[in-house]
Amino acid sequence: MVEKTIQDAVCTFCGCCCDNLEVKIKDEKIVSVRNSCAISMSKFLNYDRERLSTPMERKNGGFEEIKFEDAIEKTASILANAKYPILYGWSLTSCEAIEIGVELAELVGGVIDNTTTTCHGPSIIGVHDIGESSCTLGEVRHRADLVVYWGCNPVHAHPLHMSRYSVQSKGRFRKGRKDRKLVVVDVRKTDTAKQADHFIQVAPNQDYELLSALRTAVKMGEIEQDSIAGVPVETVEEIAELMINCEFGIIFYGLGLTMSAGKSRNIDAALSLVRELNNKTKFLIMPMRGHFNVTGANQVTAWQTGYPFAVDFSKGYPRYNPGDTSAVDILARGECDAALVVASDPVSNFPIAASRHLSRVPLVTIDPHVTPTTLASDIVIPSSFVGIERPGTVYRMDGVVLLTRKLVEPPKGVKSDEDILSAILRRTTELKGVA
Amino acid sequence: MNELQLRNGTVFDPLNRISGERMDLAIRDGTIAEAVSSKAMVIDASGMIVMPGGVDIHSHIAGSKVNSGRILRPEDHEKDVEERTSITRAGVGYSIPSTFTTGYRYARMGYTSVVEPATPPLKTRHTHEELNQIPIIDKACFPLFGNNWFVMEYLKEGKLEECAAYIAWMLKATKGYAIKIVDPGGVEAWGWGRYLKRLDDEVPHFAITPREILRGLCKINKLLGMPHAIHVHTNNLGNPGNYLTTIETMDCVANLASSGKPIIHITHVQFTGLTGNSWLNVGSGAPEIADYVNKHDHVTVDPGQVIFGDTTTMTADGPFQFLLHKLSGNKWVNVDVEGETGAGIVPFRYRRSNYVNAVQWGIGLELMLLVKNPWKIYLTTDHPNGGPFTSYPKVVTWLMSKGARGRVLAKINKNARRRLDLPGIDREYTFEEVAIVTRAGTSKSLGLSQKGHLGIGADADVAVYNIDANSVDPSRDYEVVRKALAKAAYTIKNGKIVAKDGEVVATPIGTTYWVDPKVSNDLMQQTTTSLSAKFEDYYTVRMANYPVEESYLKSPTRIEVLAEV
Amino acid sequence: MGQGRSKEIGKLSDEYAKNVGICEFDPEDLKSLQISSGQNVRVTTNHGTVVVKAALSTQAPHRGLIFMPYGPWTSMICDPETHQTGMPSLKGIEAEVTAAPEERILTLRELVAYISGGK
Repeated sequence: MVEKTIQDAVCTFCGCCCDNLEVKIKDEKIVSVRNSCAISMSKFLNYDRERLSTPMERKNGGFEEIKFEDAIEKTASILANAKYPILYGWSLTSCEAIEIGVELAELVGGVIDNTTTTCHGPSIIGVHDIGESSCTLGEVRHRADLVVYWGCNPVHAHPLHMSRYSVQSKGRFRKGRKDRKLVVVDVRKTDTAKQADHFIQVAPNQDYELLSALRTAVKMGEIEQDSIAGVPVETVEEIAELMINCEFGIIFYGLGLTMSAGKSRNIDAALSLVRELNNKTKFLIMPMRGHFNVTGANQVTAWQTGYPFAVDFSKGYPRYNPGDTSAVDILARGECDAALVVASDPVSNFPIAASRHLSRVPLVTIDPHVTPTTLASDIVIPSSFVGIERPGTVYRMDGVVLLTRKLVEPPKGVKSDEDILSAILRRTTELKGVA
Repeated sequence: MNELQLRNGTVFDPLNRISGERMDLAIRDGTIAEAVSSKAMVIDASGMIVMPGGVDIHSHIAGSKVNSGRILRPEDHEKDVEERTSITRAGVGYSIPSTFTTGYRYARMGYTSVVEPATPPLKTRHTHEELNQIPIIDKACFPLFGNNWFVMEYLKEGKLEECAAYIAWMLKATKGYAIKIVDPGGVEAWGWGRYLKRLDDEVPHFAITPREILRGLCKINKLLGMPHAIHVHTNNLGNPGNYLTTIETMDCVANLASSGKPIIHITHVQFTGLTGNSWLNVGSGAPEIADYVNKHDHVTVDPGQVIFGDTTTMTADGPFQFLLHKLSGNKWVNVDVEGETGAGIVPFRYRRSNYVNAVQWGIGLELMLLVKNPWKIYLTTDHPNGGPFTSYPKVVTWLMSKGARGRVLAKINKNARRRLDLPGIDREYTFEEVAIVTRAGTSKSLGLSQKGHLGIGADADVAVYNIDANSVDPSRDYEVVRKALAKAAYTIKNGKIVAKDGEVVATPIGTTYWVDPKVSNDLMQQTTTSLSAKFEDYYTVRMANYPVEESYLKSPTRIEVLAEV
Repeated sequence: MGQGRSKEIGKLSDEYAKNVGICEFDPEDLKSLQISSGQNVRVTTNHGTVVVKAALSTQAPHRGLIFMPYGPWTSMICDPETHQTGMPSLKGIEAEVTAAPEERILTLRELVAYISGGK
């Protein structure tokens, strides 16, 4: 029995990228994890379930095992012959794999898009207009005396966020919870809201109005209504006062802002409010990125193409126009003729108009697990887990970059996204007749 | 056995005192050789100028703030695209080009080495990821130390040697090349939204001053035996009257100098070269600063030349960037980095008709022309802060031709023109001086002994420009010069032709240089023990996860130096 | 939390369906609709219809608002319109809810078969 403990492992669940995990391994199996949240522990202990073990091709209504080389050949053929393929996913794999993905999309003149497109795409669109006053998470831990969670529920989605980085953490200048104030804004009293000093219940789809009202109050303007978005004007003014008078405030926001009516306009309003607050005090804002490397997908795509997601190479150079070059739109309009999905499950999450088209075109999926997307695919290639079976670079939600480790061996025959994509790139290059 | 011969070119190799001599150059296996065999490939360089490949000492090309800039400004890229070819990857410009495009555009101009001058240590893995994907050129990066909590505490406690060991540890952890200092103490104050103006203002909560930080790091630079001087972006950037801060900063370490070797480099002086006390009456502090530089051997400078047009400002000077946002009304990105530094990004347009911008344009050129010794000054635009690096050929024409300057002067704000000394300056750079400020001098300053010259054994990084030194008068024919510098006839990297007539023909990967000061084992042991006790108090990452492995760099070159401690 | 934990167990698992094929109601709404927690309900929007299990919200009050975890069942009824942002409309959609005690919740495999048109 071989037992070892690995210290300082990086978690590959959410954008918190906690890097102090202690993983115990017995006979090449992970048996326990310390310092993780419950979801992380579930991942480390259960990642091996519902696992894909061999490449498969859809035949006669079912799936048949095929050899790896054949899977690569067929995938390369699909991509090389497609007029407008889409390469989607990317947020649950390493930067090293994403780099190859961008090259592949460029080679085949297709579109590369990542899960930002249905998550914080509006946040990025807002940044294009306004900019963003932000920081790394340590700054919050050390300095923040006012923390606002808006349209997000870290207790459920980023469980260690509050204790590692914000209200419950210990920093150089703030010793703990009593040195900080917590404000939560949401349409319902979430478990995060239950811990707040101030809970603001905002009427659904009216975050924009509330943000604008706050901005007016911060600028010392008069608000004429008695209530805005279901919030009494006195409360709006009270929160504005809290914000102006703090020493260091931050708004963390999530899908409550990006997904409700207004979308990127909501983010515009939030970014503008924070920018305005910098005339009075130190104030920052940060989106709560969900997947552990969605930030990395944005970073890699941006430095290679200039743009963070929804990049179209059909003209031989990068083009970017969310709404035209983004995955859901392209699929819903039936515009692409082939798809490669890497480490993502769009059939689960996309509106049916989009996922239907996705399942209709030749679809290749690279994933460790069986998912609705793999079930709808024509070719499925199993892959290993970044940060568990393969090292890889990832970006935390605040842009801090970490190298995740290999903890255990992958199942026999299961390769990494990097190796699979390299093989596809090589063969597709040959088929396209370039050097 | 890779052999190349450049025949009959007009060679400018200032480090070897060759100035316009017609001679052959032999290249074998990537270095300059004595001679080559008859099997060598021959390039006829008759009627052309041959120089070492360009070495850019200060250009923001990779890392967290550069990428945030790309994301901030899709509009910057839309007008300037590069199509994929069989040899080159697709990409975009304009002021913040994508990684592949960056390498190609430098190579087209005959540049072969570029330094990213400001990387936040905590995020330097990101910088290396990008540098790994910039083709052709050799690279290095400068980690930021001027607002680092450990540094400020060590210096406050008088623990100079431990601080030196810490810096050595950090250089190894970040694979960095030199000590970069931006707005010392000021960016920590900005962590609270506050500002530091003077060298003797105290940093909130740290009770140390910018002067103490500068002097401490300057001493440590010497103790570690670092090849480059401390590289400094001074306090008080963007404030009228700040030329005094520049002089004060240069002077504050004057008594630490010895042996005439430069110990401080002040970068993009144009931004901290303003006289006056309000935006209405700013003027050029270049004459005063140049005077100081002329009289002192312990300093070197670069101008950060302004180019009229649209660009993107990006620096670690968070507080300044907020002020620029307020002044211009343009969108603004800010990223403070825990325990270390900050960054800010604001798009900006320099306008000829704008009094202040026109004065700024004049300051950079005055500095380049009034500093007498070309070994003390380097050509930069602080890309992209002053303008994109693709403007370098234009800047060269302004240095070489009073007429070229005059054409621009005629179109700038007339009050600025009256205010500047520039119209009255007759000096015109020679080709030799251009070679010094773009390659020989910069390599010497960086301590890269195998770069920036064409002596036997040097790296065969060579630029060939289609300029006939006999018939072209750069003062009159500046357009010819500009076109030739923009599209090198040949760019050779480690003996391989990478660009021809401005087209990229090969895309090898360059090396990333980093400096590893060898400190005594006991001292390093002591320092890492005290570091690990505090590390997780200061950072939100574990100490084990902080350092960047050498294997992470695609092609690293380690330069070991022996420290005095 | 249950959604995340069970997602890591596997999307085909019963755990996942139990945690994600649901619709959370404010307790007062359940009362006035005369639906009991654990009963099947049909949720219909302008874009589709799906049967899920009614659940009691622990994060009430939120009269008039129902919450469905983002996943295969919500993809049946959300709006693909992205308003030139790339982001489909996933929150704040008007929906009609009816008790559906006789109707069955589709399994994940059945959902996939429906989406891919029996491919």
